[in-house]
Amino acid sequence: MLKQDRRSFLKTSALIGAGITGLKSKDTKAQTRHVISEDRMGVLVDTTVCIGCRKCEWACKTAHDLPAGDIESYEDRSVYEKMRRPDDKALTVVNEYSNPDPTKLPTNVKVQCMHCDEPACLSACIVGAFSKDESGSVVWDTEKCIGCRYCMIACPFQIPAFEYDKALQPDIKKCDFCIERTTQGQLPACVEICPVEALTYGRRKDLIEVARKKIKNYPDRYIDSILGDTEVGGTSWMYLSGRDFQELDFPKLGEDPAPGVSESIQHGIFAYFVPPISLYALLGGVMWLNKKKEKSKEE
Amino acid sequence: MEHFMKPAPIEKKYFTPGVMVFVVLAAIGLVFLAIRFIGGIGAVTNLDNQHPWGIWIGLDVALGVALAAGGFTSAALGHIWHREHYHAIIRPALLTALLGYTFVAVSVAMDLGRYYYIWHPLIMWNGTSVLFEVGICVMIYLTVLYIEFLPIVAERFIGRVNLPGLLSRLNKTVDSLLRALDRGLDKTMFVFIIAGVVLSCLHQSSLGSLMIIAGPKMHPLWQTPILPLLFLLSAIGVGFPMVIFESLISSRSFGLKPETPILTNLGNIIGPILGIYLAFKIGDMVIRQTFVYLTTITTESVMYAIEIVIGVIVPLRMFLSEQVRKSPAGLFIASSLVIFGVFMNRLNTFLVAYTPPYEMTTYFPSVGEIAVTVGFISIEVLLYRLMVKIFPVISHPQKDVAPQTKFSVRGMI
Ligand code: SF4
Ligand code: SF4
Repeated sequence: MLKQDRRSFLKTSALIGAGITGLKSKDTKAQTRHVISEDRMGVLVDTTVCIGCRKCEWACKTAHDLPAGDIESYEDRSVYEKMRRPDDKALTVVNEYSNPDPTKLPTNVKVQCMHCDEPACLSACIVGAFSKDESGSVVWDTEKCIGCRYCMIACPFQIPAFEYDKALQPDIKKCDFCIERTTQGQLPACVEICPVEALTYGRRKDLIEVARKKIKNYPDRYIDSILGDTEVGGTSWMYLSGRDFQELDFPKLGEDPAPGVSESIQHGIFAYFVPPISLYALLGGVMWLNKKKEKSKEE
Repeated sequence: MEHFMKPAPIEKKYFTPGVMVFVVLAAIGLVFLAIRFIGGIGAVTNLDNQHPWGIWIGLDVALGVALAAGGFTSAALGHIWHREHYHAIIRPALLTALLGYTFVAVSVAMDLGRYYYIWHPLIMWNGTSVLFEVGICVMIYLTVLYIEFLPIVAERFIGRVNLPGLLSRLNKTVDSLLRALDRGLDKTMFVFIIAGVVLSCLHQSSLGSLMIIAGPKMHPLWQTPILPLLFLLSAIGVGFPMVIFESLISSRSFGLKPETPILTNLGNIIGPILGIYLAFKIGDMVIRQTFVYLTTITTESVMYAIEIVIGVIVPLRMFLSEQVRKSPAGLFIASSLVIFGVFMNRLNTFLVAYTPPYEMTTYFPSVGEIAVTVGFISIEVLLYRLMVKIFPVISHPQKDVAPQTKFSVRGMI
């Protein structure tokens, strides 16, 4: 979306406030109320290393008490015929993209919540069920959630899933970055099991350094881009690739935080309650004037 | 001597063949609703992780709120701009809004995975959430609507309280309570009326902001930062057509003379409002250059064209013609088209425009979803008919009564 649009919107929203002054165009950065720690952790996914063994899928289910089945059954590569998405029964899945150059190996891409720095889900949730932990994890609180599914509308990566088949206490399911394991000093289950170290867990800052170095040292292996470095304001999970990210079905997203526009509009309409209160006063005035007119007519 | 028009309960038989049809539709809806509570949302709807919202939100809630806008637009016109001759339409519009919003709330609850937590937003606030703001505004507005309706209840029962059996000893007390309430409300009603208009402006527009956070998931024809303004304008635009539409239907159904002069006057206001709405809609399209999407035939472009041409431009032209505004049939058709236009707009904004990045299936509402929506509308119609039989809502000619202005707002300042 164009910058100009927003500015002209903010001007029109002044109109909504019925000509109230004092509504200044704010820049459209989302208001970060959550802690964004300098030392937040992240994972760097190197899709050029991943062999598509799907062990992370098994480990994830096991760590989250989801029916996981036999680890051998994950060697079946026929699942790659169709693109799969994380859902309420699998918080992460691996997809495969055949290479246009048939002499080259296909690319495997692990998909899960990106743990955004400016999470749209967090901004949107009606009851504030999401929070961004200092460790970087975006976690969901079952005590609060009312099941409205607005987080699913908001998430730019189409991640949160809902348990549609449950009549009582359906959950929103998504990767929680193994927050229970990491607070006990363990690695996330997927990172721990990965046999080829396609996943690197570390401070987000350091991971970006690592990624840049890799790109610099192997310019033939990687395209010069880290997905998640700046997308929608940055994410805790980041990807390296030898091919264009859109070929791997990553959505094309800008650098502005996903909640930015909507929060600034919201803020414009509700700036310290000035617009609604002014509208109230204005209408009260109109009512009083009309009443007076009526009276003087009667006399 | 001309008969004086005064709101009074309608004395007509409740059940007619038409009413029975609504009863059947309502029953079918309730059956599907029961399945939703037994088997979960997935058991009835076609919703999935790609399409988290369906017609229960896009139509029952978003369209429901828009079509109930007649309540605040006519309150503004009648009470705030103090146009006495519109008073005949205020009560029917208020009742529609009351029932409409009640069912919006019920529909939201049905669509919530955890409906029993519907009170959570009251104590768990998230200021950045548009949905939170919509939710809170709708809750307060619903309360305001009930308060605005109280004087009508009081009017019906003052001097006529007749409790059954032992309770009849309380008749006097209840009566004096009602009188006290009525007197109190009379003096303070203006507070609620203005509050109702402000709250409506807020949530009607925020309902548009809801989809902004979906960003690129929404088709550019509808995704614009001025969505809240467009939603507010279209809500104001559909308010009076909805009043006209209902007024004509109920006068027909109750065998009353249509209140054509008042409706014609209302019609005069609709044209300009639709014009402003259309100007913003087209202006937005030109500025963001989204007309390029109209050059190819896709579901989106066709739906957009229908929405604008049949739902805005045609009725706009009709409302500008004096001949149309003077004839009940013309008013009826033009109003229906405006309602259709807003129906299309909400459907398009919430469902057609929503294209998630990973879309493996397309969404079309299931039989169950449609049945529940139709069932709710039927229940609303049935309740409306019941309410106008009990309460003095619809104005019709009365003999031997003095003009009464009690429910205009008085006691200002
Ligand atoms: S990827 Fe989606 S669910 Fe995960 S943090 Fe970002 S917005 Fe939230
Ligand atoms: S479904 Fe739950 S977590 Fe998602 S936005 Fe609604 S209340 Fe928040």
